[in-house]
Amino acid sequence: MKAYLPETAKKRSLFSPFNIFAGIVIIMGLVLTFLRFTKGLGGVSNLDHTNPWGLWIGFDLLTGVALAAGGYVTAAAVEIFRFDKYHSAVRPAILTGFLGYALVVFALTYDVGQPWRLPYPFFVSQGVTSVMFEVGACVALYLTVLFLEFSPAALEWLGLEKAHRWAVRMTMVLTILGVMLSTLHQSSLGAMYLLVPSKLHPLWYSPYLPVFFFVSSIAAGLSMVIFESTMAHRKFHDMMDENHLKHANEVTLGFGRAAALVLAGYFAIKVFGVALGNHWDLLFTGYGIWFLVEMLGFVLLPVFLFAVGVRDRNIKLIKFTAVITVLGIVLNRLNISLICFNYHLPADERYFPHWMEIGISVFVVTVGLLVYKFIVTRMPILFEHPQYPQEH
Amino acid sequence: MTETIHTLQEFMFRTKGIIYILAILYLLGFTAFWKFLFSRDKKEDL
Repeated sequence: MKAYLPETAKKRSLFSPFNIFAGIVIIMGLVLTFLRFTKGLGGVSNLDHTNPWGLWIGFDLLTGVALAAGGYVTAAAVEIFRFDKYHSAVRPAILTGFLGYALVVFALTYDVGQPWRLPYPFFVSQGVTSVMFEVGACVALYLTVLFLEFSPAALEWLGLEKAHRWAVRMTMVLTILGVMLSTLHQSSLGAMYLLVPSKLHPLWYSPYLPVFFFVSSIAAGLSMVIFESTMAHRKFHDMMDENHLKHANEVTLGFGRAAALVLAGYFAIKVFGVALGNHWDLLFTGYGIWFLVEMLGFVLLPVFLFAVGVRDRNIKLIKFTAVITVLGIVLNRLNISLICFNYHLPADERYFPHWMEIGISVFVVTVGLLVYKFIVTRMPILFEHPQYPQEH
Repeated sequence: MTETIHTLQEFMFRTKGIIYILAILYLLGFTAFWKFLFSRDKKEDL
């Protein structure tokens, strides 16, 4: 068995500015990891009994899961709905999804007090009536599904033909499983906040939180595919084959159009949420203005920018709008989990992340970027493997 | 908006009523938005 290495990958220098920066972050992260597992949560975080969920849940988990939705969205569009013209986007999207979920679980090991007990909910003490059990089960299963969906690329790289044939045969079943599991846990992450109607600000709390989370995850996935493709074109242009380069604009236009439609629907159901609770008067408070910033600046504005970009075939505008949408999803998840959570508490009892919590989150993201870089420069993600044409 | 609501029935009547009106407006708006989004496409693009 000899792993395939494309010619362009051999030319890349190990001591690039990014690698040096990443190396520094990794060293810092390892020190913080040591502190986390020797001094406990209190040694590196501002988490306490009032604020047991902080940045690691709000950013690494909630945002990470939403932004990793590109995997199931793209796979469903191509494999189930047969939008074959977006086929070149499937492998990068699956990879982003797989790494996104892997990092969610990786980050979770820092957050749960005893990370070696991560499998306990499945094998020791099943809390099957808890929505968190459903989230945990779905994330674990979906991570496995994503690994299997990603495996054809790794098997092509390793030259394992027989295993590769089996992996490709499972594509449709895995895609369907992926859509089912994503529908379940993307919405269940919102359902977790149904438990705290008195802690979450009424403008963000709604009985429809699961629907909001699910619909916004589709927009997040579509925007993230555009964003990831933009970054990949900038940094790994030399790795891309003709097929990828030829379809890049088509993917951006198609996904931009879909994102415009999904965000338009999302905006409407969010307004219905305000109407359902009769919370119109709260829009004229400080939190209300913040809510309007999120809704108008990061939902309604992207709707129109995506639409104008698609109509005018303005690729730059669509890519720019995808960044706004990604930021909007980050803002929404942070609003729900941190900023507008425990909103009634006095300022000195409110949570603000410790710098070491931020450091660990940066470390987790950097690990993801390094693994992504390792994979796309070796495995057939952005290019076709010469021995497996048409598989890509 | 600022009128006092005394009963659950009043609350539901008001909020549901507003949602029905919003839903109709949304459907009209979405139709216009759809036309705006697709109007410049050639048939083969769809």
